[in-house]
Amino acid sequence: MKLEINGEMRELDAEPEMPLLWALRDVLGMTGTKYGCGIAQCGACSVLVDGVVTRSCVTPVGSLEGSKVSTIEAMEQDAVGQKVVEAWVKHQVPQCGYCQSGQVMAAVSLLKENAAPSEEDVRASMQNLCRCGTYNAIHAALSDLAGQENA
Amino acid sequence: MMARIFLDGPANGSGDERFAAPAKPVNLSRRRFLLGSAGVATGALVLGFGIPVGPARAQGPAAPAPKALDVPAFLEIRPDNTVRFLSPFMEGGQGAFTAMAQIVGEELDMDPAVFEVEAAPAGKVFQVMFGGTMRITGGSMSVRTSYDTMRRLGASARAMLVSAAAQRLGVGADTLTTEPGKVIHAASGRSLSYGELAEGALDMGVPEAGRISLKDPKDFRWIGKPVARIDMHAKSTGQAMYAIDSQVENMLQAAVQHAPRLGLQPGAIRNEAAVKAMPGVHSVHTLDGAVAVVAPYWWHARQAVDALDVDWQDPGESEDVRYMPADFATDAFTQHLSSQTGRGEEAETAGDSAAAFASAAKVVEGEFTSQYLHHAQLEPPSTLARFNDDGSLDLWMPNQGPEIFQAAIAAKTGLAPEKINIHSPLLGGFFGRHFQYTWGNPYPHAIALAKATGRPVKVIWSREEEFLRDPMRPMAVVKFKGALDADGWPVGLDVVSVCEGPGEGIANKRGEKLDESALEGITAKSYAIPNRRIAQLFVKNPTTLAYWRSVGNSMNDFFYESFLDEMADAGGKDPYALRLKLLEGNERLTTLLNAAVELSGGWKRGPFTAADGTRRARGIAMASPFGSEAAAVAEVSIQDGQVVVHDVWEAIDPGSIVNPAIVEAQVNSAVALGLSQVLVEGAEYEAGMPVARNFDVYQILRPEQMAKVHVKIVESGAEMGGIGEPPLPAIPPAVANAVSVLTGKRVRVMPLSKESFEA
Repeated sequence: MKLEINGEMRELDAEPEMPLLWALRDVLGMTGTKYGCGIAQCGACSVLVDGVVTRSCVTPVGSLEGSKVSTIEAMEQDAVGQKVVEAWVKHQVPQCGYCQSGQVMAAVSLLKENAAPSEEDVRASMQNLCRCGTYNAIHAALSDLAGQENA
Repeated sequence: MMARIFLDGPANGSGDERFAAPAKPVNLSRRRFLLGSAGVATGALVLGFGIPVGPARAQGPAAPAPKALDVPAFLEIRPDNTVRFLSPFMEGGQGAFTAMAQIVGEELDMDPAVFEVEAAPAGKVFQVMFGGTMRITGGSMSVRTSYDTMRRLGASARAMLVSAAAQRLGVGADTLTTEPGKVIHAASGRSLSYGELAEGALDMGVPEAGRISLKDPKDFRWIGKPVARIDMHAKSTGQAMYAIDSQVENMLQAAVQHAPRLGLQPGAIRNEAAVKAMPGVHSVHTLDGAVAVVAPYWWHARQAVDALDVDWQDPGESEDVRYMPADFATDAFTQHLSSQTGRGEEAETAGDSAAAFASAAKVVEGEFTSQYLHHAQLEPPSTLARFNDDGSLDLWMPNQGPEIFQAAIAAKTGLAPEKINIHSPLLGGFFGRHFQYTWGNPYPHAIALAKATGRPVKVIWSREEEFLRDPMRPMAVVKFKGALDADGWPVGLDVVSVCEGPGEGIANKRGEKLDESALEGITAKSYAIPNRRIAQLFVKNPTTLAYWRSVGNSMNDFFYESFLDEMADAGGKDPYALRLKLLEGNERLTTLLNAAVELSGGWKRGPFTAADGTRRARGIAMASPFGSEAAAVAEVSIQDGQVVVHDVWEAIDPGSIVNPAIVEAQVNSAVALGLSQVLVEGAEYEAGMPVARNFDVYQILRPEQMAKVHVKIVESGAEMGGIGEPPLPAIPPAVANAVSVLTGKRVRVMPLSKESFEA
């Protein structure tokens, strides 16, 4: 099957049931998207499907024909993604970093929908788990990004 | 030793093409964002840790010079003026790589931002702790045990570069100074970059320890400053490499199904032929205590292994295994611990505890309970094993101590230790998870499957299999008695902790001495309670146990500091005033406690009504873990019967620090784990099985449950302590003490989510 990933049509030698997470990691060798739970609980596997944050561990590739998939690997080529990455570095958000691909994708999805989210919006949207407890740093980065938009 | 074969970067095209693609040699632990290729750059200055590093060693008999091939820990200054540093300590979010770059860079006079840091492989020369006897990433020890060594390493390299410059410029070394990355001859206005000098410096002898001068701390350019961590961009763009991301040419992947209870062994597989016919399956295997499926893609292996119908055999209890009985349940086990009436073995005594209780005006009693905890690091454990044609074995695995694993694998495989190459990618969280645990690491599976298939195999434990074999933070039931004098001050303390310590659990037997980790945080407190008897009543657990961030302190300070508040209440004392009284004459801790209270805007226990109309209260607690001191204040309210923690103010005194921004990040992180433990976490067993096998049932702190965190760093100048773990233990009791004030009900059981509260 064919899948549009990061703006490129990719030939994918995988059955339709294979979750996008494993198609990305194993078939395409794109390991930036992470496996944490496999049941859409932690969010480490978050990607964008047509601009909306999606948990790739429970998304079969067969459901994605005709959709545009964006992963962490392409975020610096995305206008919003680049801003988020810069804010993550500026606010020194990551610790171990394992959940941060997913956190960045969730932030990009939020900001694409709402360039100046309120604290409430951030709380409602940023639901990915972080065992290192970077939650306050994530909020600081997003509030910085929202403030830039309001300024 | 750096020329290990590894696929460079994400593979393109289909799997078949990938596995057929020629491998380009680069080092696995070299993260992709970093520049450079394999091995040591031509003309680079390479410095091993074999150099004299301390006065003690310099005065003693000369240590044999390490052989060149045995010096894989090094500082490399390249012709392009970048620095590569092999760190003895792993990076798992605690900032060790950056701290190492700061310390070495300070004395080398090189910006930490140009350092490329990787984890060093296994080897005697990397055992830089305690006079060169060991090396682990744990116990919050990385910076404090290597601070002097790393400074001397940087200073030695700088001296060699200056000598090389003196020779090249034909001037005296004493006429030269350095600025970051270059040597300057001010008189002639000439300068040379370190990169230009690196090749010449190769001919310079390493200066003797006595001839190395270290900077005056007042001249520090980077140490003590909030230097940016060096791995932020890679970790924000998916380029950081963890063990689970490892790939090598011709690699297969494996998923396992563990025996439902430890001690059981696989018998017949009833549907083996059907599973072998499932999509993508390479082969089906029986392992020690598990079954496995190997496939080119992990998802295929996982689907197939979950489908295996195994006739699990129960050989019954034996000394060789930590057997999990079919009827084990945490509720019943808690009752069992609670029902113990023994006095235990004494871990700490002072004064005359019996007499203090006999003459007490009032006796206070309380029984406390803690829970088993998972590490729940977000990266599930994995190991990639590859046997090489020369008989060596390469392993890519998350670990907190390469030599420990090397020795264990040597014993298991019969290979010589030097034939076992341990690669240590970034850790996707650790918290104590990645030590050697007999039944808790995937490397035996990876080695067995690589041997069986004749190909490299990467084993990933699914989250469900991880929660079945993750060794846990021990639980305990602790019985406290406090004696108060006629004025209400505590004069006696009697504690029996009914538990098995983590060290005892890991060894699967009691040692000759008490397990210090079992009671740390109840013992060695600084409060002046003159008569004490603190004891452990050992009860073996059937579960596997582990170190967990801040180890014994993670629960013991909850017990002790909560009970201290109970004594304060019983004696009619304010808990802050009581602590100050019990710390009279202890300037360091008095200063620290006051700093936490000042940070919170002054002591306000409550209950009080906040601006938003909610009823709130504050609790206070202290802890002395891992060489540092901590004091915390927490503010709570109750919402829908559950505890909400609004703010945590924590003052921490690690003596002196390297990076205040990292300290602040670590306090945030430790607060999150402390809150997680006290509010929501707990691993429970029913019928010999864990109730929770994934994050749907096992709760860890969610974003909306995080408190605002306010940090005050106090540098008392005392001996340097740790930072990763010390901010944690004061958090659960500070929260529990606040909840007790707010609700009028003492909190004695973690997690608080087991109860419903009213403000």
